[in-house]
Formats: sequence, C-alpha cells, structure tokens
Amino acid sequence: MAQNPELNDWDIVAHGDRCLVVRFGTGIDIMIGRRCAAAATALRKAAIRGVSDIVPTFNTVAVHYLPGHFAVNTSVRHLEAEIERVLRHADLNGGSTGGRLVELPVCYGGEFGPDLAEVAQRTGLDEEGVIRLHGREPAYVFMLGFAPGAPFMGVHDERFALPRRATPRTSIPAGSVAIANRQTVVYPNDLPGGWHVIGRTPMVLFDPQREPATLIAPGDSVQFRPITAQAFKDWPRS
Amino acid sequence: MSITVIRPGLSSTFQDSGRHGHQHLGVPVGGAMDQRAHQLANLIAGNEHDLATLEITLIGPTLRFDAPACISLAGADLSPTVNDMPAPLGRPLILLAGDTLSFGERRSGVRCYLACHGGIALPAVLGSQSTYLRGALGGFQGRALRKGDTLPLNTRLRTDSLDALAAELNSMSIYLPSTLANNPRPRLRVMRGPHTELFTDDALRALFSSAYRIANESDRMGYRLQGPSLPVHENRQLLSEGASFGSIQVPSDGLPIVLMADRQSIGGYPKIGHVASVDLPQLAQQMPGEEVQFEEIGLAQAQQLDNLREQALSRLSASLDGLRRRIAQCVAHGGSP
Repeated sequence: MAQNPELNDWDIVAHGDRCLVVRFGTGIDIMIGRRCAAAATALRKAAIRGVSDIVPTFNTVAVHYLPGHFAVNTSVRHLEAEIERVLRHADLNGGSTGGRLVELPVCYGGEFGPDLAEVAQRTGLDEEGVIRLHGREPAYVFMLGFAPGAPFMGVHDERFALPRRATPRTSIPAGSVAIANRQTVVYPNDLPGGWHVIGRTPMVLFDPQREPATLIAPGDSVQFRPITAQAFKDWPRS
Repeated sequence: MSITVIRPGLSSTFQDSGRHGHQHLGVPVGGAMDQRAHQLANLIAGNEHDLATLEITLIGPTLRFDAPACISLAGADLSPTVNDMPAPLGRPLILLAGDTLSFGERRSGVRCYLACHGGIALPAVLGSQSTYLRGALGGFQGRALRKGDTLPLNTRLRTDSLDALAAELNSMSIYLPSTLANNPRPRLRVMRGPHTELFTDDALRALFSSAYRIANESDRMGYRLQGPSLPVHENRQLLSEGASFGSIQVPSDGLPIVLMADRQSIGGYPKIGHVASVDLPQLAQQMPGEEVQFEEIGLAQAQQLDNLREQALSRLSASLDGLRRRIAQCVAHGGSP
C-alpha cells in the first residue's frame, strides 16, 4: 500500500458544542473514504453513550452527541478521548467498511439521460463509450446526503472531471443518475440539480418504511449495469 | 377520542426531539425548532418521555377537542384561548369534550408548542414522529395540518373526576429553574470553528459587531441573514462534511445562513462559527425582519451551559412527578372509547 502520511493519522475538531469532526487527510480519494467508513463503522460498534449520529463524508466523520450524558465540565474532552481510543484499536486500513457490492440497473440516454450526448461530446467518447467507462469498475460510496438516500460515488476516470452545468435544472426526476467532478449521484426523488444526467435507475433509493430505508449505504460499492428502456419499463416496482 | 382541525393555522406540524441516528443515510434530524419550549410543554402536560408536540407557527390553528384532554402550551405567546377565554402558557390545562382551542394575535415569539398528555397517535418513521415537510415524511401524514384533519389522542381521561383534577392542577405550583426561563439575550453566543480561519479579520469583526436582519426566505431549514458580507481569504471549494443545528455557513455571496432544525445532514460551505445550542431556542423564536447580533463564547462554556440546561430539564421533570401521578389517576384504562 502506498505510504501516504496523511492516511495514518487524524485530528478531531469541534463543530459547535454538539458535534466533533474527525478529519482524515484531504481531497477526494477512495483510500481516505474507506478509512472514514471504517472509522464510522468502528465508532458505531463502540456505541458511545450520548452519541446520536455518526456521519462519514469524503474525508471526515462527524460525531454528533447530545447534552446531559457527561459530567458538566468534561463532555468534549471525554468524548474526544473515547473517539481516540476506539480509532486506535480499529483496523482503519483493512478496508473493513462493512460495505457491500450493490448492482444498480441504469437505463442510459434517451429521455432518461438527456445529457448523455453532451457528455459524450465533451469527453471525446461516443455514447456507448461513456456507458462503458461509467460501469468499468464499481464506484465507491463516500457518503449519503443532500436528500435522504442520495449517494455520492466515485472516483471515476479523469474524463468525467466535468464541472457542474452552468444553469442547474429546477427538477430532475427520481432515479436520475448524474455525473460531475468524477463522481456520480442518484436523485432519490424529484429534486433540483446541476449535474449531468446520463441515465435513470428504476430502483427506489429511499423508502422510510423499508428496512434498511436506503438502497445504498456509505462504504458500499455500486456496479452500474446498463438496461434497456423496455427493461426499465418492465422493472418490478416495489 | 380525537382533536378536529377547524382551521389549520399557517404551518402546524408535529415535532419531537428529532430523527436522530439516520444522518449517515442523508436523513435530516428535524424536530422542534425550539427544543426548550417543546420539552417544557411536554413536561407540564405530564409527559415524562419525548412525545411529539404540535409546533404552531405565527398564526395558530383552531382545534376542537372531541374528548377531554390535559394539555399545555409553551414558547411563543400567540394569545391562546379556550372557548374564547384567555389560556395561560406554561400551565397544565384540562379541556373538556367540545372545547375549542384557538389563537389570536402574536405577542411574542414565533413558535408555540402544544403538548397533549399521552401524545397523539402518530406512527414513528425512522424512530421519530417529527414532520419533515421537504421529504413529506413523519408527523401527521408527512405534512402540515389541514382543515378537517382528525388527530387521534393516545390517552383517554375519565370524565367523572375532571373538575377536581382541573382545580388541583390549577393550584399546583410549577417552579421553573432560571436556566429554563425565557430571558432573551441582546446577543447570540457564537463559537469559532475549524473554518473560522478561512475568513478575513474584517469578516470576524463584522460578524461580532454588526446587526444582521433575518431575511424573509428563512424557514425551518435555515435562517438567512442580511448585513455586512463575510469574505473569505480565497474562494476555495470545500468538501462537504457533517452539518449541525446552529452552524453559520457562508456561501460565496458572503451572507451568512444559520442552519436550523431541518438542515441537510451535510454541507459544503465554509462555516464562520456555530451558535451555542443554549441560544438556539431564542433564535428559533425570532422572525423575519427582526435583527440578531452575535458575541463570542468559548466551547467549554457553551457546552457547560448546554449541559446545565439539560440538567435543569431533568430537575424539572423530577419535580413534576406529583403532577404526573395526579393526572395518571384520571386516565381511563381498558374499554374502547
């Protein structure tokens, strides 16, 4: 494994009086992302009293906590020490993110992927080439956010280093698969957005009545699988 | 055994302490904007646990009780009345079948919390009864109340002894610890954060010396502030990371936004600081057009104040044990309504 000194350490900073953020390295990097997911898994397993949420992102893990669980004067120091202890004992490099490989069917282009032609033109590929490159290897799920169940995935080939659209769309249909900045997002419901929409999945990404509520979790990997418009139409709706 | 919504009010939604534990799935915490008032309402209605209260915004609803109930109101003074007679805030009230609770002009605050003893029968969605309007989930059918809605009460009171109960509750003293009293401060207290150094000295001076006006576009997700712009040293794209209630994020236009209850779980804008949790109830009771000012506070002190308030709530809860037992004597058991 490449020895990146940033990978072997972290620091902990306070975001206000109810949240500590553990920072691992800088930039969007799958190695750092995996460490965040592994750290989040270890912290979740440790079930530290007073901790309400553990939120991995690209290069941080936010640990949200509630007041009243620690002695009045020691809460932040106590929690910081607990986090340090858990992380020192966890195998953050072993890739134990608890992640699964999830296959995501996508119908590319046409009415479902209005930006596919433009992406092809800008990357110098044809539409088939864009689809092949997008599904060449599984994409790593760094985090969920901006809407319940919405994954940020990457890191794609440099040819997908496209900035977001100058003018965001006011509404992008649920299930839309969109790329920008070497990443993919999927819109779980109809939302505004500025990413390049290249396809759509018939899968439901978020259903609060389902257990688990989200199709994809941080630390998972997602393999995009092209399907036809007919297969999309015939896909069983759960 | 229910409440009928005669008029829904401006935006009346059920909220509890929040949908904790699902932010890593992108699910916002939500919950009551003014947690202090929400918890007070619950405790004074004799609820020991965190049940959803009705968060009533600015223009209150008209609610007809079709069964007797013990309720309490806390937070904004929106001139509540029961059968057109003024009703006090911060007191347990016995309503009889047919009574109507309504609201009038705003005297102070924005958000009033209505707690019913035993709570309203609402399904928990991801462990919480809070309404998340943008995601249309939780609360009463994932939305604000509408005319004609029927809200089922969980608890039925025996009708034979309500006069005695009302009289006793009326004479019962409730001592509010001073840390729970609503004493607005001239300035909201703000902690520095890890992004504070990204901002110029001028930006920090402006934050702590200027008055900011709460913009009309403010809502449960965030309070947008208008005032001096808060520039950063250089415009750098930050990676998204966890966001908190009270974080003051500054988009590229330099105008701060205080993240509130329905904030997203992650955000990518630099945060110049974080409003102390203990001062968030005060901010949640301020409305667009009003001004806020900030002063600095250290993390340790902010945290101590947060913990002291939490302890005061526990003490208040313990002191209301008699009230809870007295109400429990009048709760009907068994049989269907």
